[in-house]
Amino acid sequence: MFSHSKIEKNSIIMLVGILLVVSIGGLIEIAPLFYLESTIEKVKGMRPYTPLELAGRNIYIREGCHNCHSQMIRPFRDELERYGHYSLAAESMYDHPFQWGSKRTGPDLARVGNKYSDDWHREHLIDPRALVPESVMPGYPFLMDDEALLRDPSGHLRANAAVGVPYSDDMISNAATDLRAQADPDHDDADGVTERYPGAQVRDFDGQPGAPSEMDAMIAYLQVLGTMVDFSAYKADDNLR
Amino acid sequence: MTFENTSIFAETWGLIYLVVLFAGILVYALRPSAKKKFEDAARIPLMED
Amino acid sequence: MYFITMLLLGLGALLGLFLSSRAVDSVIAFHGWMLVAFCVGFIFWMLRRGDNTGGPANPDSVVNYNDAVVRVGVVLSVFWGVVGFLVGLVIALQLAYPALNFDLPWTSFGRLRPLHTSAVIFAFGGNVLIMTSMHVVQRTCRARIAGGWAPWFVLLGYNLFIVIAASGYVLGVTQSKEYAEPEWYADIWLTLVWVAYLLVFLGTLWRRKEPHIYVANWFYLAFIATVAMLHIINNLAMPVSFFGAKSYIVWAGVQDALIQWWYAHNAVGFFLTAGFLGIMYYYVPKQADRPIYSYRLSIVHFWSLIFLYIWAGPHHLLYTALPDWAQTLGMTFSIMLWMPSWGGMINGLMTLSGAWDKLRTDPILRLLTISLAFYGMSTFEGPLMAIKTVNALSHYTDWTIGHVHSGALGWVGMVSFGAIYYMTPLVFNRKQLYSLRLVSVHFWLATIGIVLYAAAMWVSGILQGLMWRAYDSLGFLEYSFAETVEAMFPFYVIRALGGGLFVIGSWVMAYNVYRTARGHVRTERPYLAASEYAQA
Repeated sequence: MFSHSKIEKNSIIMLVGILLVVSIGGLIEIAPLFYLESTIEKVKGMRPYTPLELAGRNIYIREGCHNCHSQMIRPFRDELERYGHYSLAAESMYDHPFQWGSKRTGPDLARVGNKYSDDWHREHLIDPRALVPESVMPGYPFLMDDEALLRDPSGHLRANAAVGVPYSDDMISNAATDLRAQADPDHDDADGVTERYPGAQVRDFDGQPGAPSEMDAMIAYLQVLGTMVDFSAYKADDNLR
Repeated sequence: MTFENTSIFAETWGLIYLVVLFAGILVYALRPSAKKKFEDAARIPLMED
Repeated sequence: MYFITMLLLGLGALLGLFLSSRAVDSVIAFHGWMLVAFCVGFIFWMLRRGDNTGGPANPDSVVNYNDAVVRVGVVLSVFWGVVGFLVGLVIALQLAYPALNFDLPWTSFGRLRPLHTSAVIFAFGGNVLIMTSMHVVQRTCRARIAGGWAPWFVLLGYNLFIVIAASGYVLGVTQSKEYAEPEWYADIWLTLVWVAYLLVFLGTLWRRKEPHIYVANWFYLAFIATVAMLHIINNLAMPVSFFGAKSYIVWAGVQDALIQWWYAHNAVGFFLTAGFLGIMYYYVPKQADRPIYSYRLSIVHFWSLIFLYIWAGPHHLLYTALPDWAQTLGMTFSIMLWMPSWGGMINGLMTLSGAWDKLRTDPILRLLTISLAFYGMSTFEGPLMAIKTVNALSHYTDWTIGHVHSGALGWVGMVSFGAIYYMTPLVFNRKQLYSLRLVSVHFWLATIGIVLYAAAMWVSGILQGLMWRAYDSLGFLEYSFAETVEAMFPFYVIRALGGGLFVIGSWVMAYNVYRTARGHVRTERPYLAASEYAQA
């Protein structure tokens, strides 16, 4: 072992110097994003994901969809015409982690919600080339087989609440019921879902009766993407950053 | 702290600080008295294994 | 350090036991037991071997170097290189022929892409960095590596992290943050390994017989320290259950986006650049048998590089919902970054000044030199793509993929191959490589492969970017998205072809390393210097 007399001061000075030098850029760029009020626009309509949408989002993450699909529309004429209004920071304020992506092997999905029917999504996810012959997307037929199992749905909401998503105690305690009810319009709790999550769509997304499948969850998530913010109440000029 | 006063601070004191720091590194590296030291250092890898 | 190594192994075993004791999903149970098995096995191995932690490859060595750990590192680097490049070829073919996804969860592009990126960056690149740093720090300090068993813990513990991460991706465990996909428990394990790495590295510097800390070690130190900072901050997460794999990152939306790209860009800056510049600063002078061109330039370019790199992250988020001031800072610093990057390239290339003829006779030096040429090219292309107007076209397209690969295959890959060829005879105590001609074959396969790859991605990227924004004479968008996907097909085939050549090159290297390790020497025509040609 080495004795302390051999410890050279300058390797520690160098280490401290390196840490000081590499901290500056990050501090100056990242820290203000947390305290400058203008970072996130003021909008109406953003709400946390329902348990079923969250389950779908977790499948989206698990399958690595972000490797080929962005969720970030840039303010260019062609993107506005192809995908819709440019994305706002507010629209991903409850996303842990964000899903902006970095590559468009497939199209942007930031506003894919309500653009296609549930049936279209189901058939497309099972066999993409049956609907879009040019597509290079993998098929996900196995989503029909598995139950949308958020193990301990309340736990998932609680973890999100712990990192700042405004899930109420009511939402957390009803998470397991809400997860099932959103994919089953005849469920006793169907009204509870729309009460706790205003604007949530309640229906059998995969057209397959019984417990919600992973397909139900995935389509519920895709159908809510980009639909939350009320753009009739949004004023771009008030949110210049 | 607003965006404006943050950026004014960065564009004055921040700029001066970084220019001085960079000049300091240049002086340290290029001062003639260190020429021998750095030439020896550069030969470290070439000594016998 | 014996105590610290035992402590870290004990912590690892406890973490594994804790995770698997009440595991709520099968993946975490699997990974927990893996961790337990590793730590317990390691402790038994330590106890059995006692003080025998490895000696110098050359028994006549004056210093009692630990070359055994470096030797294992060389083998692991070659192995992960072959695996990582091959997975890359598979996913390249999947993009051209989607039937190769087989519609199964474990073989789809979305799960294999992180497997490829992690296998090449962290498994191949990481093993190369760890083993070369252990080699370089011992030689430039003229001291045995510190910590007894700790270097073994670092190398093998790091590879356990790789296996946990890679098996997790295939089974659907991912955080989805690019280049930071492993879940919270794998991140904790990596943190333990990394702390040991920093201590081993510093401990070796403290033992040094040389008054000066050689510049290669500064780059390694910056790499180790900064990666620790980036890793911890970017991966802060809240697990759903401490017995389950799934967690939610503490950051959200726009803040998460910037923290992620601050991390990911500096994974490029400090893992793939600073660390590999450490390799360059030792192996180029060593192979060329000349000191580095300007030691003073290396000082200036070191501090400028590590200062400027950290700011450049926002160039991944131009025209997004990130506030404009942050985008502008990112773009400005990215352009400034051009200068220290070229400082490093010039310093490396000019080391050959007056000895350019060696390129004809030494294919290893040729690998190291072309890596610097690719480094110069991609660090020119990078700032160009960080200009907002260029980025408007290039972002989201294959141009980015081409840029990454000219850096990753051309710079990181080639400089690693050069270092591996230099070290293989040394750590196996052989007089020479099995075959220098095969090194040359590898050089050409890899170079042609990269050129095909990068050229195909430039064309496909710019083509797709232009097709997305094309309007017809009536003012409508000219192409549907599907039409732009269809147009990519020929380029995806060419890319796979280039990647295939690169993969075959790695097989040639594996074969060469294997035969060298066995002590074989190929009978072949030697490379003659110009003066020797005249005589022959």
